[in-house]
Amino acid sequence: MPHLLTIAVSILFDGLAYAMFLFITSVGLSVTMGLMGFVNLAHGAFAMAGGYIVVSLTRSLGIDFVPSLLISAVVIAVASVPFERGLYRRLYKSTDLEQVLLTIGLAFMAIAAFTYFYGPIPKSVPLPSWLEGDINLGFRSFPSYRAFLILIGAILITILWYAFERTNIGAKIRAAVDNRRMAESVGINVDRLFTLTFALGSGLAALGGGFAIQLFGLTPYFAVLYLVLFLIVVAVGGLGSLKGTLLAALVIGIIDTGGKYMFPQAGNFFIYAITVIVLLIKPAGFYGRE
Amino acid sequence: MAASEPTSGAMTAKAARDRAAEYLLRRHYFRWPEALPWLIAIVCFFVFPDRMTFGSQVVIMIMFALSLDLILGYAGIVTLGHAAFFGVGAYTVALASLKLGWSEPVSGVVGAGIVAGLVGVIVGWFILRYRGLTLLMLTIAFAAMLQEAGNIRSDFTGGYDGLPGLMFDPLLGHFQYDLYGHTAYWYALAVLAVVFFFVRRVVYSPFGQALTGIRENVRRMHSIGSPVHRRLVTVYAISAGIAGMAGALFTQTNAYVTLTVFDFDASAKVMVMLILGGTGRLYGPFIGAVIYMVMEDYFSKLSPTFWQFGIGLMLVLAVLFARRGLLGLAETGWRKLSQRGAP
Amino acid sequence: MTVALEVKGLNRSFGALHVTRDVDLTLEKGARHALIGPNGAGKTTLVNLITGVLKPSSGQVALNGEDITAWSQAERARRGLARTFQINQLFRGLTVLENLCMTIGERDGNCNNMWRSAGAKRAVIDEALDHLEALRLVDDALKLVRELPYGRQRLVEIAMALAQKPRVLLLDEPAAGVPSSETHLILDVVAALDPDIAVLIIEHDMDVVFRFAREITVLVAGAVFTKGTPEEIRSNEKVREVYLGEAHDHG
Repeated sequence: MPHLLTIAVSILFDGLAYAMFLFITSVGLSVTMGLMGFVNLAHGAFAMAGGYIVVSLTRSLGIDFVPSLLISAVVIAVASVPFERGLYRRLYKSTDLEQVLLTIGLAFMAIAAFTYFYGPIPKSVPLPSWLEGDINLGFRSFPSYRAFLILIGAILITILWYAFERTNIGAKIRAAVDNRRMAESVGINVDRLFTLTFALGSGLAALGGGFAIQLFGLTPYFAVLYLVLFLIVVAVGGLGSLKGTLLAALVIGIIDTGGKYMFPQAGNFFIYAITVIVLLIKPAGFYGRE
Repeated sequence: MAASEPTSGAMTAKAARDRAAEYLLRRHYFRWPEALPWLIAIVCFFVFPDRMTFGSQVVIMIMFALSLDLILGYAGIVTLGHAAFFGVGAYTVALASLKLGWSEPVSGVVGAGIVAGLVGVIVGWFILRYRGLTLLMLTIAFAAMLQEAGNIRSDFTGGYDGLPGLMFDPLLGHFQYDLYGHTAYWYALAVLAVVFFFVRRVVYSPFGQALTGIRENVRRMHSIGSPVHRRLVTVYAISAGIAGMAGALFTQTNAYVTLTVFDFDASAKVMVMLILGGTGRLYGPFIGAVIYMVMEDYFSKLSPTFWQFGIGLMLVLAVLFARRGLLGLAETGWRKLSQRGAP
Repeated sequence: MTVALEVKGLNRSFGALHVTRDVDLTLEKGARHALIGPNGAGKTTLVNLITGVLKPSSGQVALNGEDITAWSQAERARRGLARTFQINQLFRGLTVLENLCMTIGERDGNCNNMWRSAGAKRAVIDEALDHLEALRLVDDALKLVRELPYGRQRLVEIAMALAQKPRVLLLDEPAAGVPSSETHLILDVVAALDPDIAVLIIEHDMDVVFRFAREITVLVAGAVFTKGTPEEIRSNEKVREVYLGEAHDHG
């Protein structure tokens, strides 16, 4: 029995860490898709790029891991703006298919470019000593890195929740997600709002990418490999919903971790099964609008 | 004077009617340029006799892209999981040969098509109630589930290492598969011809028209009494069957199959081929598949990274400047030329 | 007097928003019925409920005596219920002739045919051309719908509804968006409709309403405000109040 409990706690902990990674990386995608209806399959590439910037900052410039995460997030957030303004903006009225094709094309280009500069071999980052090893919480020890990720995730969730529910800007975003035309007619500058959320989402994706290095190893293919996962979190959670993304991240993170513990040969089967079941019952996801 | 006016009025009215009717009656007639792809295919055999293994793979991709065109180009269903049916067909033939000793190729292809089509009916019935991101995710998830399921039972399917050394009977009891892939090429081409003939009939039929209607304005289709869901499931099943046949040919001509046939990459690749050639134009798959496969063969040997970058760039440029693919560009160019020629 | 369409106690809510309240409506065979009301009264919503685009929260819809409340849009259409949309819903990338042939093909099951070419059934083409002739659109038969001026597209919209050989026809603001120089084209068609068809027309132009309708229902805030003959409605003070609002100030 204690053995079972130990496993359960491990699964919960690892699953929670995985869920935090999923949430941080996917929340931007969910809000931008809910806000503009724009299918951005290059989102994974932003995460991947963020990861590689952290690699360069820590390895080549000797900057510590945590500051590198922040710098990378800011750099990607800023860099994403010309993409949105110059390229994506032209396709807001286009069909889903065209948006899919354009952004997949961008993702391929990004993968190729980063392969050229960094090579295909997985990269790792040097971690500060306090992130290596375990942290003792009394009843058990947990890997510090994942504990840190969970902590950061919780902080971000709180900040985002506050920003969404309590600030003016958050209210505007929610209004625009709910009914864009009405929001525009009330005087909300949806275009500027979108650039802001897009930059924020991309920055968060970069943060997630930075965290992913230690969890999964970083290769350029990260952009596409994990893209499907991000899309699943977004679709299952419901477009434009913070709550939904969090719930979906938790469900998928924990069930996938549990599945891999107990049936390692099943791979990602459970994730896909959950996706199919949820979408067949609630096509708009947990908290999506029909 | 008064007597002749009504008659000439009636005659021009009738003439207008006849002209309109003629257009619809003639629309499906074969036009001479349609023979070109087949002539080129035949010529290629004599010009590149040592590239025929590659040639048969190109033909198979044309068939796969054609199956996608039916649902994407004509019915407007956006899917990134069509490799699921390609894989079902590929494994049906492989397992039938290994476990049931059924290695007659032609019946194998037909059987694989039927199995894939049945899977298409079942899956389609469930998922075609949805559109947009939901549908896209369902198609991706289904293909991925099949792949993972295949991996769980890798004892059965050979997993990612695959099932090598599959044996198939000589074609029509007569033609052995040869090292140069000659038999494979003609075999694949023949199957493609039969399938294409069928697809062409469907596209020009009233059913095909209804598909276009669903793509253009599904609201309208509902309000004129069209059983939209039934139509979509039907075309999805047909498309799945054809993709399955392409997959079966793949296994037979390679004597080998692995779980990579279910890859997301494979679904994305066939979509790129179709978009490149142009959707909803019957011949888009031919152009797209040939150009893609040839370029991939050439460039990926040179530098896989540059190839990938090139594909990405091609997609971006296609969406920004050539939304209707190469055939669309050709059509626009042709129209501009003929307009310039007109007085 | 046979009842072609009957609506009883129809209700529809979107969450807390009660958009259709307890609506009763009856159309006999050959009816010429107008549905009027201020903007936002829920007229199009009512049509959507009748045609099956929306499902009611409660109430019944019956077509020729059959309860169709649970039926899909397509099933209702095949039973003889046709509508036009407020904004044209046509197949813009196809020719006018193909638009009509598609409608007829779905009606008579031709579109189930996967094998013969679309042009093979001459009867379908002939019928399509008949409809086009009746609306003087034959010369546009081979033009793509998106190349036509909006007024003619509106005629195509009506032609398609008529090609369904409906027993009940719902016209949602047929003259909307049509330049005033071309409105007479639409109105002539409406005036010349088969006397056996029960017609419900949503309209804002009172001249059209009083010329066309033998019966009028006034819808306000989703509920039936009043109904009656054109004379009764015309002389009804309250209708004028609620509909025209400001006019009362000048009273």
